[in-house]
Amino acid sequence: MNSNHITSLHIRSVPVLDQDEALDFYTTHLGFEARDDIDLGFMRWLTVGVPGQDTSLLLELVGGPQHDESTATQVRELVTKGALGGLFLQSSDVHATYAALRDAGVEVTQEPVEQPYGTDFGIRDPFGNHVRISQPNTATPAQVQDAYEASAQ
Amino acid sequence: MASTPLSAQEDTNRRMLRARDEMDRRYAEPLDLPTLAAVAHLSASQFGRVFKEVYGETPHRYLQRRRVERAMTLLRQTDRPVTDVAWDVGFASLGTFSRTFSNIVGISPTEFRTAHQPVAVPSCFIAAWTRPRESAAPETAAPETALAETAVSEKREEVDAR
Repeated sequence: MNSNHITSLHIRSVPVLDQDEALDFYTTHLGFEARDDIDLGFMRWLTVGVPGQDTSLLLELVGGPQHDESTATQVRELVTKGALGGLFLQSSDVHATYAALRDAGVEVTQEPVEQPYGTDFGIRDPFGNHVRISQPNTATPAQVQDAYEASAQ
Repeated sequence: MASTPLSAQEDTNRRMLRARDEMDRRYAEPLDLPTLAAVAHLSASQFGRVFKEVYGETPHRYLQRRRVERAMTLLRQTDRPVTDVAWDVGFASLGTFSRTFSNIVGISPTEFRTAHQPVAVPSCFIAAWTRPRESAAPETAAPETALAETAVSEKREEVDAR
């Protein structure tokens, strides 16, 4: 344990523009499990996560009172422009994952590409958030670096 | 708090993002404005203007920067000849590639290759963080009026010019 006593990444907020649509996308298409879905009155606390893994995504509706109307509008615009962060997921069969998402009509930003560290592809969630899905190979970081350097010689 | 439908601007943003993603995905192919405009559900004449309003640059310039970013990666990570790199990323001539690369990056492809080494991080981060910014140098390609009616593709432009 480090000196700050932090033990895990517990919850990560993902800005969404429709929580029902987000819940459907992350559970139906990405296979996340629904966790909390609680009406707190002031907000709907909605979390999902990869089965077997502790970290949850908070599917957080943009527009809460922490932002004034102008700021909320800006955040919504940034989400829809694809300008905010993203998620990096791993798959045990990246080609099968890709085929299922493609066939379901999910927006693909990049087809699977072989990389020195494995194979990955990209999609967008319904709102514009970028999701990257990879299947790492067995190469160590040093071996990946060696592969890059060898390819450049 | 209930979700609210997309505003007109947000819907426009989303459609422009789909068109931009199309350029990211198919950068090496001939792409023309009607094709991209169709992705965004706009007319070709509207598309260039609206894309610039949303992303601050023309579709043509965005595609140039995407291609140059891919070229930077290939120059850094492989030993492929510069001419092959130019073709791989969607340029039909070494001259246009070198001119565009130098215009955007500030140095020639060969100088860039000499000065940069491979990096081992996921490719999407390399793509995002090595994408050359819009520089003070003006676009060197066809004028906007031509782009609005013809192609955003270097290949197409050059094939047409032959």
